[in-house]
Amino acid sequence: MIVDLLIWPALAALLWVNRRRPLLWPLLALALLLLFNRLFTPGFFILEIRDGRLYGTLVDVLNQGSKVMLLALGMTLVIATGGVDPSVGATMAIAGAVMARLAGVSIPVALGGGLGVALLAGAWNGLLVSAFRIQPIIATLILMVAGRGVAQLVTDGQIINFEQPALVYLGNGSLLGLPFTLALVLGMFVLTALLVRRTALGLFIEAIGDNETAARFTGLPARPVKFLVYVFAGFCAGLAGLVAASNIKSADANHIGLYLELDAILAVVVGGTALTGGRFQLAGSLIGALLIQTLGTTLYARNVGADVATVPKAMVILAVCLLQSPVLRAKLAGLRRPTPVAIRKEGSA
Amino acid sequence: MKLAHLRPSARMLPVLASLGVLILLYAGGCVAFENFGSLRVLINLFGDNAFLGVAAVGATFVILSGGIDLSVGAVVAFTGVLIASLIGHGQAPLLAIGLALGLGAGFGALMGALIHLYALPPFLVTLGGMFLARGLAFVVHPESLSIDHPFYGEFISQTLSVPVSRRLAIPFTAFALLAVVLAGAALARWSRYGRNVLAIGSSESSARLMGVPIGATKILVYTLGGFLSALGGVVATFYMQSGNPASFVGLELDAIAAAVIGGTLLRGGVGYIPGTLVGVLILGLIQTLVIFQGTLNSWWTRIAVGGLLFVFIVLQQLTARRRE
Repeated sequence: MIVDLLIWPALAALLWVNRRRPLLWPLLALALLLLFNRLFTPGFFILEIRDGRLYGTLVDVLNQGSKVMLLALGMTLVIATGGVDPSVGATMAIAGAVMARLAGVSIPVALGGGLGVALLAGAWNGLLVSAFRIQPIIATLILMVAGRGVAQLVTDGQIINFEQPALVYLGNGSLLGLPFTLALVLGMFVLTALLVRRTALGLFIEAIGDNETAARFTGLPARPVKFLVYVFAGFCAGLAGLVAASNIKSADANHIGLYLELDAILAVVVGGTALTGGRFQLAGSLIGALLIQTLGTTLYARNVGADVATVPKAMVILAVCLLQSPVLRAKLAGLRRPTPVAIRKEGSA
Repeated sequence: MKLAHLRPSARMLPVLASLGVLILLYAGGCVAFENFGSLRVLINLFGDNAFLGVAAVGATFVILSGGIDLSVGAVVAFTGVLIASLIGHGQAPLLAIGLALGLGAGFGALMGALIHLYALPPFLVTLGGMFLARGLAFVVHPESLSIDHPFYGEFISQTLSVPVSRRLAIPFTAFALLAVVLAGAALARWSRYGRNVLAIGSSESSARLMGVPIGATKILVYTLGGFLSALGGVVATFYMQSGNPASFVGLELDAIAAAVIGGTLLRGGVGYIPGTLVGVLILGLIQTLVIFQGTLNSWWTRIAVGGLLFVFIVLQQLTARRRE
């Protein structure tokens, strides 16, 4: 009951504040999904305190969703520049593998090694996109193909377990009764928001995504900014990879981060950032990630297995795509159907 | 045909390079390992990679049109498990295969329609298609299902294979691969449809101004992609004698890699179907080499493919920039 008293007024207030902002739609979808669970999924909203920490399905959603939220932060900036990075899942696997491999040396070395190799992976993508001027989806494809092989190489094909308390804490510990991963996500969100909204960097990114040629002619350092964005996405993927490995106390090169890159892209798109680049919604991406995680947990609670759950997920992707489609929007708005040439110009990624 | 056509141009460079890599890999294998040069290895190279080759021809067509198809692996897996399940329920194999091919084509057409009619990015739509097909495969049957039918056990694997010696036969799948590559090459090179696909891939707005039917061509190219993915799934059932909903994860990446290594520009408009066959054979040879080597683990295959992909993408970029 206390949960109800807290959560619904908070959601209502959020919706009201955002009633004229792009955040409205993902928030509304999340609110409806939560309402559905409040009415039809028994136990979804039960929270209890054991040993000074909070337990319950809602906490699980936040904890499990942390990986996609971290990925979505980096992915938002990449997509805002008009690119995309489907290699983050493989980067997660590499980071987790390096951390597990170095776990025995010392904790700082393990964490630093994992994050360092993720930064390298991001820099590799950034180099291909900015210096070699390769289309982002093609450039990142290379790491997507080879990344899991590299991770296997690091773990020597084994699943490496680790027991170090500090490394296990990363994905399973709690801070002030809430999962530590939540603090991690909030910290990264605040950091990213300050970086892009309190400096000109955010404007640069939006300008490049909107029209790169024009941005370059106005003197924006388009290539360094693009490079940085991929490095940042790599760093976020590294953090997510460390959390994922810590979750299961081992590095499983085949499965860590598998398909999470798709969830991250989906979260960004659901959150209101257009795949064509330009204006981006950092908070929207987090809400999108929460929406995807809640959807997954809802299906799981209704005994829809993880394998089959991809079907409703696909429906959501296609529905969101359609809602973003300029053609459908024009039709819905009752406007004249724009000519395909105009759409092509608007939508050429 | 004028002789000038036979002179290697800058455009042919990637294909010639990949042909060189193929020959180098094969020669290297023959020198390094006894029996690598045997006919059996060569035949298996075609037979074992046939399903990838068939699917890769479809992926090449989609890439030629300037799009991308990420649903390949999921459709292959769906087709396999659907056929296995239908045969398990007592349906005739040919009926099951026909139904699976029809569904694959219809699935592709649906994705093509969404991409064209609503101006959606192919990358996202086929991503949704991948999730959908993968999930539906698990709905059909949640785990691996073996096919136990005389059509598979005797007809395909014995009657239709061509014996070379007493203990060696060319499997039917190898012929299926060659037939699809030849048909695909002819379609891309000599048909009006193939020209239309290439024109759209080079520049959609120019193609429209020239009167190329954009919508029909694009929807048909994804239909062809879906059909060939399903056909790849059928060929895979010939080879594996089973269907598994969890199989062929990431096959779309192999198909795209084969196309790129075979000289198809990922931005569309330039490419060669026979080049894709070369790409598929290179991927297969790398796998064979890793197996022959014995001590190397199978993930080296992924790293080697990634490395080759890198080299060829950079090569493409350099030749493209020189032309500009």
